[in-house]
Amino acid sequence: MSEQKLQSQTVQTTGHAWDGDLQEYNNPLPAWWVYTFYATVVFALVYWTIYPSWPFGKGWIGGVSQITYVNSEGETKTHSWNTRALLMEDLNQAAAAQKPYFDKVSAMPYEQIAKDPEMNGFILSAGKALFADNCAPCHQAGGQGVVSFFPNLTDDDWLYGGSYDTIHETLMGGRRGYMPAFGEVLDGEQVDQLANYVASLSGIEHDAGKAAAGNVLFHSDTAACYYCHTSEATGRKDMGAPNLTDNIWLWADVPAATGGEGKVAAIRGVIANGLNKGVMPAWSGRLSPEQIKVLTVYVHELGGGQ
Amino acid sequence: MQTGLEDQLGLYQKRIPIFTRSVKGRFRRFKTSVLVLAYAIYFLLPWLPWSRLDAPAQAVLFDLPGRRFLIFGLTVYPQDVIWLALLLFIAAIFLFFVTGLVGRAFCGYFCFQTLWTDFFIWIEHKIQGERPARVRLYRQPWDREKLVKVGGTHALWILVSFWTGLTFVAYFTYAPQLVVDFVTGQAAAAAYITTGILTLSTYAAAGLMREQICTYVCPYGRFQSVMYEPETLAVHYDARRGEGTLGRAVVRAGRGIVVERRRAEGAVAEERRRSSLSAGQRALAERNEKGFGDCVDCGLCVQVCPVGIDIRDGLQYKCISCGLCIDACNTIMDSFGFPRGLIRYDSEKNLAAATPAPPRVQWKRLKTIGYGVALALMIGYLGYSVATRGSFDRAVNQIRQPLYVVLSNGDIRNRYQIRITNKAAEDQTYVFSARGIPADALDLGNFNEITIKPGHSGLVQASVRLSPAVAANTQHFELVITPRGKPAEARSEKVRFDTPGKRP
Ligand code: SF4
Ligand code: SF4
Repeated sequence: MSEQKLQSQTVQTTGHAWDGDLQEYNNPLPAWWVYTFYATVVFALVYWTIYPSWPFGKGWIGGVSQITYVNSEGETKTHSWNTRALLMEDLNQAAAAQKPYFDKVSAMPYEQIAKDPEMNGFILSAGKALFADNCAPCHQAGGQGVVSFFPNLTDDDWLYGGSYDTIHETLMGGRRGYMPAFGEVLDGEQVDQLANYVASLSGIEHDAGKAAAGNVLFHSDTAACYYCHTSEATGRKDMGAPNLTDNIWLWADVPAATGGEGKVAAIRGVIANGLNKGVMPAWSGRLSPEQIKVLTVYVHELGGGQ
Repeated sequence: MQTGLEDQLGLYQKRIPIFTRSVKGRFRRFKTSVLVLAYAIYFLLPWLPWSRLDAPAQAVLFDLPGRRFLIFGLTVYPQDVIWLALLLFIAAIFLFFVTGLVGRAFCGYFCFQTLWTDFFIWIEHKIQGERPARVRLYRQPWDREKLVKVGGTHALWILVSFWTGLTFVAYFTYAPQLVVDFVTGQAAAAAYITTGILTLSTYAAAGLMREQICTYVCPYGRFQSVMYEPETLAVHYDARRGEGTLGRAVVRAGRGIVVERRRAEGAVAEERRRSSLSAGQRALAERNEKGFGDCVDCGLCVQVCPVGIDIRDGLQYKCISCGLCIDACNTIMDSFGFPRGLIRYDSEKNLAAATPAPPRVQWKRLKTIGYGVALALMIGYLGYSVATRGSFDRAVNQIRQPLYVVLSNGDIRNRYQIRITNKAAEDQTYVFSARGIPADALDLGNFNEITIKPGHSGLVQASVRLSPAVAANTQHFELVITPRGKPAEARSEKVRFDTPGKRP
């Protein structure tokens, strides 16, 4: 205690006494610390000059550093430094780097794009990103679709055709698939007969008697299935009527149903209730022509292109 | 507790400047040869020409924009990162191995901090003179002589530092072009920044901070102690021999021999200085009889030490094991005709033994042998891997979304993405075939073959289509990639084939 008192007497005070005896010690900072503090002050001043700093009125003091970018409307904007403008600048640069490729895409015919190794590489990467952003929500990441909802783009069956031109047409204008609900015009027995006939077309286990009756009904004007699906039941691409004779099912979830009974029941459901959900939106206003062209080639290369 | 203004503690301890005395001897010679060799390699290697088809004619070039390292005839791509990992492993294990045997050999002879510091001290010595002259200069006020000498030293240091930095950059770009561009202001910003940083850091580390890097900055100096064992050879002062029972004693030349007692009281002995060995031995016997050790307390071992320590205080963490104190002491011992080796490479165990054997490297220990075996295995594998690497890299990935597609006629199709990286020095065309599936099952779409530039990668989409019956019996097949015209370099990959019924 006494030692402490002795030592404390040797420390300088600020030289002022409050209330008679209240004094304050003066312990100076080490010099390097003080200089570091001054250095940070200088740094702050420089920083304020360059970058946005103080709130001022309704805005803020922007600083001298500026970023110029082109916004989505195509207007050139100059703004004091901010991260959003920085992002726009980055996006502009990325777009500029992509441009020569997109230019080439719009100048080249489809077949040539697909055969050029460099362009093919571009399609694979740019197409993948475009597909993931715009198409994957329905058609899934790999284009495999969802049975009963969205068509599989990787198989070799196409509702509207799998050539470059038809894929392009589908992308530009969209599609709307429709089938009337035959449960409203036919009785249950007739629907069952039709379902058995459709099952027989692709070799699914079925009741031969009912299928024979269904065959007649299919080609009659009562049900008039052949209007759209054709009398060979191979479908019509101009109206998106599916081929009923192959192994691919979009609407009736036949692959997942078990046993002939179940599979026929799945087909029966579609015939009775019809369809009004095969809607593909039009992309012409939403994506640029080059982007749609990239997607056309990309989808064509998913495996099913014709 | 308050501290008074008078005795305020400093925030850091001021460095005590070290002026090393130069010395001649075995270890000095070894250090000098390592320095010359290392500098020759480091400074000249970027200038070694090597003719190449597609790259600048430089034997060692780390081509970062091209994403490849060109090392003489070898081209290393990022895919070979395992080699780098192995190399680092080997370096680490080698360090542990050597440290367990002979202590901090890396620190004392090979570390670039030691090499550059050594060179900078040599410059200082050449300009400012031997230790006493440098101490005098240090104490002297800033007159013309001091300004010229100290200024000249620093200027030379900065010049060496600059060339060190520029040489480093020269490993990453064509050296002759770099020097021209650097002078004319055409070089890349990265070249200026890197050279600048390296110039400053070399100057600071080897010129200004020196032993403080080893003592305060370098982590290795701190953890090396765990690698020492009692059998490890290290620079030791033989205290038993040096101190005797009464301690060290100075030999004063000229006025006979005055032996000053250091450790014990009372006894003052007289001897005559002799130069011949037998005379030395007699003198030594006399000293020892009186109880004094062999150390004549000349302090030379302290004066030559680049980290400014006294090895006679025992092995300490600051010692970088440079061996200069051994040279110094041997010089003194020789001049008195005393036997050499008062300071020597020896092991703690041997020094403590009742009758110390001649020091030798002791490797028959589990740890050392373990490190040795690990080292041999890794070097063997690295050598094997470099020698047998293929001319291309490949990755065959099955597309998993979807794993399989059922086609309209019931066939099953799987798709694969093949990525090939050409590691050869020229353009190469690759062709594909499959084994274990029908010949027509493999479909490569638009690209039946692909030509890839050296160092580049290419992608090919392949699909395999099998009828349900074949698919049911196919779990795997082999995809064969063959560089056209080089069937010996063909490589095959085993890949999966998925069908609807099969569960992985
Ligand atoms: S004590 Fe000094 S001179 Fe001796 S080996 Fe260690 S660092 Fe070198
Ligand atoms: S150099 Fe040898 S004799 Fe001289 S002080 Fe060091 S240990 Fe003693």
